[in-house]
Amino acid sequence: MSEIDPITLAVLAGRMEQIADEMDATLFRAAFNPIIAEAHDASHGLYHATTGDTLVQGKSGLPIFVGVMSFAVKAVIEKAAADGDLKDGDIYIFNDAHIGGTHLSDMRLVRPYFRDGALFCYLASVGHWHDVGGAVPGNYNPAATDVFQEAFNLPPVKLARAGETQQDIIDILLRNTRLPQSAMGDLNGQLGALDLGVKRMDELLDEYGGDTVEAALAALTDRAEALMRSELSGLPDGRWEATDYLDNDGIVDEPLPLKVALEIKGDEMVLDFEGSAPQCAGPVNIALPTTVATAYVAIKHIFPALPANAGVMRPIDVKVPEGSMLAAQFPAPTGGYTETILRMIDVIFSAAAQAAPERIVANAYGTINALSIAGKRRNGQPWVMFSFYGGGHGGSSECDGLNHGNAPISTATIPPMEILESVYPVMFRRWALRPDSAGDGMHRGGMGAVYEIEVLEENGAEAFLFGERGRFAPKGVAGGADAALNVFSYATDSGFAHPPLASKMRGIVLRQGQSVILETPGGGGYGPAENRDPDAIARDVARGLVSADHADEAYGTAWREART
Amino acid sequence: MKMVGVDVGGTFTDVFVLDEADGTAAVAKVPTTRPDQSGGFLDGIGQQVSDLSEIAVVVHGTTAGTNALLERKGARTGVITTQGLRDVLEMRRRDRPRTWGLRGDFEPVVDRRHRLEVPERTLADGTIRTQVDLDAVRAAARELQAAGCAAVSILFANAYANPENEALATQAVRAIWPNEHVSCSSEILPEIREFERFSTTALNAYLQPEVSGYLDRLETALKKGGFTGEFMIVQSNGGVMGVETACRTPVRTALSGPAAGVIAAGYIATTAGFPDVITGDMGGTSFDVSLIAGGQSMLSPQTSIDFGMVVRTPMIEITTIGAGGGSIAWVDRGGLLNIGPESAGSNPGPVAYGLGNDRPTVTDANVVLGRIDPDNPIGGKLEQLDVEAARRAIDAHVGQPLDLDTEQAAEAVLRVANSRMAGAIRLVSIERGFDPKRFAFMPFGGGGALHAGAMLAEVGIARAIVPRYPGVTSAMGCVIADMRADFVQTINALVDGLDTGVLTAFMQVHVDDGMATLEAANTTFEARVASFELDMAYIGQTHTVAVPLEVTVANGAVTPPTKAEIEAAFDKAYAATFGRLLKNGTRRILNLRSAVTGTRPKFDLRTLAPTETQAANPKATRKVHFGDTWHDTAIYDRLALPIGTEINGPAILEQPDTTVLIEPGLTGRVDDYGNTVITKDSA
Repeated sequence: MSEIDPITLAVLAGRMEQIADEMDATLFRAAFNPIIAEAHDASHGLYHATTGDTLVQGKSGLPIFVGVMSFAVKAVIEKAAADGDLKDGDIYIFNDAHIGGTHLSDMRLVRPYFRDGALFCYLASVGHWHDVGGAVPGNYNPAATDVFQEAFNLPPVKLARAGETQQDIIDILLRNTRLPQSAMGDLNGQLGALDLGVKRMDELLDEYGGDTVEAALAALTDRAEALMRSELSGLPDGRWEATDYLDNDGIVDEPLPLKVALEIKGDEMVLDFEGSAPQCAGPVNIALPTTVATAYVAIKHIFPALPANAGVMRPIDVKVPEGSMLAAQFPAPTGGYTETILRMIDVIFSAAAQAAPERIVANAYGTINALSIAGKRRNGQPWVMFSFYGGGHGGSSECDGLNHGNAPISTATIPPMEILESVYPVMFRRWALRPDSAGDGMHRGGMGAVYEIEVLEENGAEAFLFGERGRFAPKGVAGGADAALNVFSYATDSGFAHPPLASKMRGIVLRQGQSVILETPGGGGYGPAENRDPDAIARDVARGLVSADHADEAYGTAWREART
Repeated sequence: MKMVGVDVGGTFTDVFVLDEADGTAAVAKVPTTRPDQSGGFLDGIGQQVSDLSEIAVVVHGTTAGTNALLERKGARTGVITTQGLRDVLEMRRRDRPRTWGLRGDFEPVVDRRHRLEVPERTLADGTIRTQVDLDAVRAAARELQAAGCAAVSILFANAYANPENEALATQAVRAIWPNEHVSCSSEILPEIREFERFSTTALNAYLQPEVSGYLDRLETALKKGGFTGEFMIVQSNGGVMGVETACRTPVRTALSGPAAGVIAAGYIATTAGFPDVITGDMGGTSFDVSLIAGGQSMLSPQTSIDFGMVVRTPMIEITTIGAGGGSIAWVDRGGLLNIGPESAGSNPGPVAYGLGNDRPTVTDANVVLGRIDPDNPIGGKLEQLDVEAARRAIDAHVGQPLDLDTEQAAEAVLRVANSRMAGAIRLVSIERGFDPKRFAFMPFGGGGALHAGAMLAEVGIARAIVPRYPGVTSAMGCVIADMRADFVQTINALVDGLDTGVLTAFMQVHVDDGMATLEAANTTFEARVASFELDMAYIGQTHTVAVPLEVTVANGAVTPPTKAEIEAAFDKAYAATFGRLLKNGTRRILNLRSAVTGTRPKFDLRTLAPTETQAANPKATRKVHFGDTWHDTAIYDRLALPIGTEINGPAILEQPDTTVLIEPGLTGRVDDYGNTVITKDSA
């Protein structure tokens, strides 16, 4: 392999990142379903020919995919080795979350890229399809106890053989979704993105030659590793532990511990999840690829300048005990994986904050709060309003946390209230910030939200919620306080009630005029409360974000003399 | 009579004067005055026009609104809103400032103390569930006034579906509010999506006192000088509006300045025979890219001026990356050379300016390689550039870490910067489904023309076209821009259930209002055109497609479109976007968008063309570094080159505010309009 000069390397780094960005842009433009088109729940990249390691990935895809895509490619590499007939123009497709990570809604396409008859690298595309069968539309089934109740499971199979698309496979796919047109549109978009990737790689290799590009790819991986090692060297050596809990798995009412020991030695780091809960009955399990990918997401939030390249993970050892809920075995359900990986990020932050508090942001609200309200209209037509809700971000060394942000694993925005009200028979009585919901501190967390939703349909409705943080609050760091708990209330004929499992419940029956209230957590606080600027406290009180009583209790009464 | 375009930038105020009688044009460039920009404004006009009564129209591209938003210097503003919704402005659409890092907070322009709720509620179908409590509205208005608010906005849920409650509240507030600065969401943007509508309306209120005060001062000063003509303002959509409209809806000026530049670029390129062009404006901190296809600039429905500050009015689409002349070059801990996003701006600026920055910038690389004349820096602020300081900075921060000599390091900085600029051009075209290779590239702004050749090489573009006066493009755009009024109304109906009478009534109101605006403008139009577009999708899809609707307007009356016409138009637009239609899909109309345009007479760009006939010789020779060696490079006075001149690279064409670089292997040709068209030499 030839040495590469630093100028060509810098130019090629940008060019290849651009190829992945253009693949993202191609799918976003062409995708049928808004989860991809608007929420950008998709990702594209270039992966190593023999290891499947991430070489380059697009900037606009969903954060969680940055770590997880290489597992999809690795699965295909193994499958192709077993089949022994990998050809130019082949495209593999699958959604199996146990080998590819995340959940079954994510459809993965992996295409080998050949140059002069030899495998050069892989291109891959992942996108969140609207529906892939299973017990509930949209595949978020809180009662699932195995993957078969969640969606149809597709292992890696060839969607195209040497350039020839296999209509059989497409027929199977389209027969197993409630929204075949949406699925076909998304599939076409993903194929288009891969085509564009091949075309751009051809151009790049024509211009620079295979040896140079290969050398650049190797150099970029080395560089990513060097960057990571340099960041780790800047942290003190030591071992720090943090434990947090999931409320329960939605089936058995027992807290599930998530524990990490973070050890830094020189320029290397170990994340050991020994002591975390074993595999559970409900859908909060995650497969090992998801666990490793989540560790990567947490690390990239701590060091945002790190590239999306597997070299970053070389100095990092992620240890997961066998039988753990973080290394779930087929066919354990994984549909609620979002809650578990959010908690993983929280414990990694809490442990790392002991090593380098100024680098770490306090815990964000820590649950996606998947709330579904559904029913039948007077004319018999069914309706389902399914959405995720926001909460506060953690305080940091720089400033207070963001009010009402999105989850750290996502960049999705919330649908407008007016769109929801125009499509579903509901009315939001409140869509507001939730005072006193943030963790106190020198820099307090951001505020969570209150959503109060009334059912307007005379037939009433049925609701389900899949949330977390109902019993264990988002934590502060560096001496900052914890935020408020997630609180869900639903109207009954004898007043408001709360779910027995805290933030998870099915079969909530609502009559016309009744409502549910979702009060989401804020973010944890950063730094001791006594270090907060009294003017900032007085301003929060004047704005009604913090009550005077809460301020007195958390900060003392000095703020009462301060300027607003 | 004369038409005058004025663009007030951060450093210079540019004036473009067109004499309608003989078609001649003149330009002036004067320093921008601060804090009152009217000084420079009048001074610039005065350099070319001695008697202001000779001026028929003054058109102004302004950054007053943009700056007030970016610097948060608008008025103290209040909000009166529906019970339960006072935090919509602060909650946004549940986004975050950056994907990675989770740091950063957000303060909306209206303090929570000044966001008051009143009892009222309209449902999504327009039913009024709770009548508005006008006593509560009046009490809220008084409270806001007592709290020192100079402007107020009224933001009610679902006011797009039925504006009645909001209109009553607005009427009640206007009756007691001490000034004109009352903005109401159903007047500003009667479109579904509460955050976008509330944000646009609140930002409008926030800007009203500031922008209308500024425009009043300008107009008063003009009138005092004897001006009796029409004073107009460029909107973000690239069209102009009357000053009264601008004072009422200042939020439409959010991207006024850059929009005018893109309009001019489109006109110059189309006239020169290249209707498909990508413009690149290189400033101190950024590179702004815009795409023009078939002579038409792309409009985007909204933009974020800053995180959480969403303005939803049609705007010329401009994509910005952080690679300007002042962008800093640095080597990261992994040994990779990066450009920006940190920038030295124009103050302290590049190392070569000698104003205190010691980290190398893109401009410093151009100085080190001889591409910028250190003895005659453009802009006229400095006497001399410090080449040695620039060399030292490049050496220390790029050369040594990468083991390169000074020239290699400077070339590396330019290659990486060029590669990033080229990337922006490629992505802007790909995102809109165009192949960038069929476009021409038009640089403007101070530094863009230094990088034009690199864009040909990097993107595979066939030619670059440098306008004759790249420094006054925006001022020229003011004179070229058409008058335009945009309207939107959410319809939210299935095509099957559509009442075409209701749709037609909205179209008619839009046409009537738009034509009245043109009429009131008191200027000449070559044509008055109404155009309509529907935002449509299949039911279940939230992503809409813009569906142009062919509708005849005869003697001012809108011919009602039929459902069949609407369906056919949708199918055509949908197929063009997605390639295929949905069998049995139900078609839904979300919004009606109307635009009424008054086409203004264009002037002949040939009047700007060179009159020289004498072949020009180089005024000097300078050593300039290309690739891996220094070349003796001819320096020409660009404005003295006659039409048809061909100059082979390496060469540099200089004019007071721009340096055009023609690299080895490229040829620059002066076209009939005085533009320089740069192409690759055929091999």
